[in-house]
Amino acid sequence: MNTPAIKELLYKMADDLLIIGHRHSEWTGLGPILEEDISFSSMAQDKIGQSQALFQLLHQLGEPDADTNAFTRNANQFYNAQFAELPNEEYDFSTVRHFLYDHADQLRFEMLAHSSYEPLAKLARKVKGELKYHVFHANTWMVKLAQGTEESKARMQTALSNAWNYALGMFEESKFEKELIAAKIFEGEAALKTKWIQAITPFIEKAGLKLPPEKEWNPVYGGRKNFHTEHLDPLVKEMGEVFRVEPASQW
Amino acid sequence: MLTEKEVWEKLEVVKDPEIPTLSMVDMGIITKVEVKADESVRVEMTPTFVGCPALKMMEQMVYDCLKEAGIEKVSVSTNLDTPWNSNKITERGLLCLKKHGLAPPPKHEGEITQELLEHVACPFCGSKNTETKSPFGPTLCRSLHYCHNCLQAFEQFKPVV
Repeated sequence: MNTPAIKELLYKMADDLLIIGHRHSEWTGLGPILEEDISFSSMAQDKIGQSQALFQLLHQLGEPDADTNAFTRNANQFYNAQFAELPNEEYDFSTVRHFLYDHADQLRFEMLAHSSYEPLAKLARKVKGELKYHVFHANTWMVKLAQGTEESKARMQTALSNAWNYALGMFEESKFEKELIAAKIFEGEAALKTKWIQAITPFIEKAGLKLPPEKEWNPVYGGRKNFHTEHLDPLVKEMGEVFRVEPASQW
Repeated sequence: MLTEKEVWEKLEVVKDPEIPTLSMVDMGIITKVEVKADESVRVEMTPTFVGCPALKMMEQMVYDCLKEAGIEKVSVSTNLDTPWNSNKITERGLLCLKKHGLAPPPKHEGEITQELLEHVACPFCGSKNTETKSPFGPTLCRSLHYCHNCLQAFEQFKPVV
């Protein structure tokens, strides 16, 4: 078993879920309508729970326990894509990010349901069913907001154009990419990206939005190698504040 | 000698903390009961949703129930060996949900489409002239709906694969 490769895979997934889950939770109490407030809060709870399950797998491989791992690392020790840490901005950007991220996440877990690393495959078989609701929610609002008014359509297009290169950064390859594919642990970022584009295209067309032309695609990499925007540090500090004050506290 | 069947029967009084008419057994989240030669009991559970915040509490409720029934050695653990899906709710469980005012999840064939979530039968009047308001409700396992026939909002226990 290639433990360093598996750990790297688990870390990037756990960190993506934890950070985007935290961003989703920032909508709690602020959602534009009650149902949407509840939706982002529910998705936050799912994502943080799923990240905890991945941290537990890491713990079984000798890494610190889930809470310590989630709450005591500094921003430059996180493996999430920069896409996950960008601020929520307004509902347009949050919705677009949720749509682009969740399609990728759902496909990633569907692939991992067949992973040769059985603990991850077991978790993935469960999580992929839960994520369906995140994807349904995202599809509905992408189309609804893009087909609302001229203003909402323009805002969704701007959000999509701004998000795009960051979204492509989710598929930054690991230095263990070949080993992961050969050992049938994970089919790889390139395969995932191809499936993702196929999955999102019909909804983008249905919404009447356009992806940037392919020659302008310029993925924002670095997150997987611990390089982050200035937005991650304050998030990590806020997220771990209570734990750092009293690490032994019981919830 | 304590039998596994007896343990299953004892567990029927442990209810879902959020749906007090539904037992954890009928919910389908108790996946395994083992009685060892020394009469110690091992129970395995599985979550409805990985992020379910009630999981630790439910483990404790199962433990307390068996201890109160006089079983000395009890261990309860959670795993994903046989993952939960909504088809695992028993017939009696589906009726309990309805009694609690929740639309039960339709049986699925391992695949859930957005269409399956539309026009859920209203648990109050039975009409299918209903609309999905949101796939997310007050708990991770419920969605929000509105019945145009009896003009009431209602919740569904979501189908999950």
